[in-house]
Amino acid sequence: MESNAGLAINKNLNTGLRRKRTSILSIINRDKYLLIMMLPVVAFYVIFRYVPMYGVLMAFKEYNPVKGIWGSPWVDNYGMQNFIDFFKGPYFWRILRNTVYLNFLSLLWGFPVPIIFALLLNELRDGFFKRFVQTVSYLPHFLSTMVVVALMFFMLSPVNGVVNEIIKAFGHEPIYFLGEKAWFRTLYVMTDIWQGFGWGSIIYIAAIQSIDPGLYEAALIDGASRFRRAWHITLPGLLPTIQIMLIFQIGGLMGSNLEKVLAMYETNTYEVADVISTFVYRRGIQSADYSYATAVGLFNSLVGFILVLLANWASKRLNENSLW
Amino acid sequence: MPIKKTLGEKVFDTCNIILMCFVIVITLYPLLYVISMSMSNPIEAIKGTVYFYPKGLDFTAYKMIIQSEDIYKGYLNSIFYATVGTAVNIIMTVLAAYPLSRREFSLRKFFTIMIVFTMFFSGGLIPTYILMTKLPIFNTRWAIILPVAVDSFLIFVTRTYFNTIPESLQESAKIDGANDFRILIQIMFPLSLPMMAVLALFYAVSHWNSYFLSILYQTDASLHPIQVFLYRIVSQRNNQFARQMGVDLGVIAAYGIQVRYAVIVAVVLPIVCVYPFLQKYFVKGVMIGAIKG
Repeated sequence: MESNAGLAINKNLNTGLRRKRTSILSIINRDKYLLIMMLPVVAFYVIFRYVPMYGVLMAFKEYNPVKGIWGSPWVDNYGMQNFIDFFKGPYFWRILRNTVYLNFLSLLWGFPVPIIFALLLNELRDGFFKRFVQTVSYLPHFLSTMVVVALMFFMLSPVNGVVNEIIKAFGHEPIYFLGEKAWFRTLYVMTDIWQGFGWGSIIYIAAIQSIDPGLYEAALIDGASRFRRAWHITLPGLLPTIQIMLIFQIGGLMGSNLEKVLAMYETNTYEVADVISTFVYRRGIQSADYSYATAVGLFNSLVGFILVLLANWASKRLNENSLW
Repeated sequence: MPIKKTLGEKVFDTCNIILMCFVIVITLYPLLYVISMSMSNPIEAIKGTVYFYPKGLDFTAYKMIIQSEDIYKGYLNSIFYATVGTAVNIIMTVLAAYPLSRREFSLRKFFTIMIVFTMFFSGGLIPTYILMTKLPIFNTRWAIILPVAVDSFLIFVTRTYFNTIPESLQESAKIDGANDFRILIQIMFPLSLPMMAVLALFYAVSHWNSYFLSILYQTDASLHPIQVFLYRIVSQRNNQFARQMGVDLGVIAAYGIQVRYAVIVAVVLPIVCVYPFLQKYFVKGVMIGAIKG
């Protein structure tokens, strides 16, 4: 009743305003508090997000800290020399391959795990045990990259890590896992799965819960076994979610795994571990080769952006579900 | 309707429960191992005989942590960043989300596009770094708080939440003469406490877990959070790195390996302690996020 009265009054106010011909000034006056609120946020976006975008110009220049970004000279070949150097350089294929391949391996092995976990969890009877498994499985998601790498580092230590103690107990030589090229990708993917499978399953569990229970009852009456019900009802019910998640993850194939790789790799394993973002970090910040590193970073984000666009286009085609 | 389980189903159920127990063990074992190592007698720890439980209880490593200025200060720094950083995050998120939730706000579209654009394009690591070195906040505590003052995605999640609060409440407050600040503080904020809890948790965890921004923007080691300490331990094997970081690792070496384990326990402890109670909020946050913003 009261809110209706409020609406009526508001309507009158609005038409009154419209008759007065709304000028820009009156709009600013009406929104002044909202505009003041936005001020710090706008400042944040301009300073920390848009100013660096201007800095991308460096990729086409020979950046000189004294001359500044604008004053620095353009590089040869219409400003493309940094890119040409990168494409022709010895590391181009290595870091491109490692970036895509690491993400791809994580996707290949890591993608099915949360789905299988959600399906199996669904077969448990509701109760303490089920909730406990769920709670425990989310936990690693909240540990930092650094903690996960440190755990790995300590447990795999050739000196007194538990894994090598077991290897030694069987009479074998201890392995220095983190320094071995052959082990890097395996360790990377395994810890990725360890950290992400429980958390990743949440969305599938929610999708399972939204499946119409009538379908299960009907199947039960028709005498379908539990396996049949999971296969013919639960799994198809999950399919749209699976599609969307898969597409998004494919969109992220050029994504950055800077923090984890940076903490995990060492000079011995660069051959298989060095990705574009770590390369940018070393060349740009440690060697202060700013323009070149900016060019490499720009290449990475452009290709990544195209992949995201493709992923979004694909998901739109599939079921009119898009990112934006 | 109770149905008798077939033999196959019984076998499956048993296997499933065993598998789930296995999942629990795999998830918790690394933590258990670290705790056991940190509390064991140094001799047992070095010999590598500790597998499941502490052997010869010894809390020296923890005493060393408290006495070591490095680690102790790093821990306090972490607490500082997690609290102050999260406060800044929440204020900024709400200040952005509220105007964007108001349908009649004149620049709503403009600001929305401005924020969405940054979710797809960014200047990248190097230009941001160059900018940071020129700002006065470089190498201060603010250097790792302000560059991540707000998360675009969480702005939209919060805006969506605000939209679920009946508009009539705001309208009647307006008629009573309240301005937008009062409406936000006295009506919207109290009505969206669950959302605020979700925001606080996500932001606090991300501050607590971050190490890379400190390495980039803070050259002064006394400003570093505890995660950076872990990074130094892990990266010291890469001599080149350690040299570049200019880290004095003699202290750590003298303390022996157990301090490392104790540091991990100290880093993980706050998360493990609050986790069981707050877990449902995290899950809720994911579900809110899953609804398109």
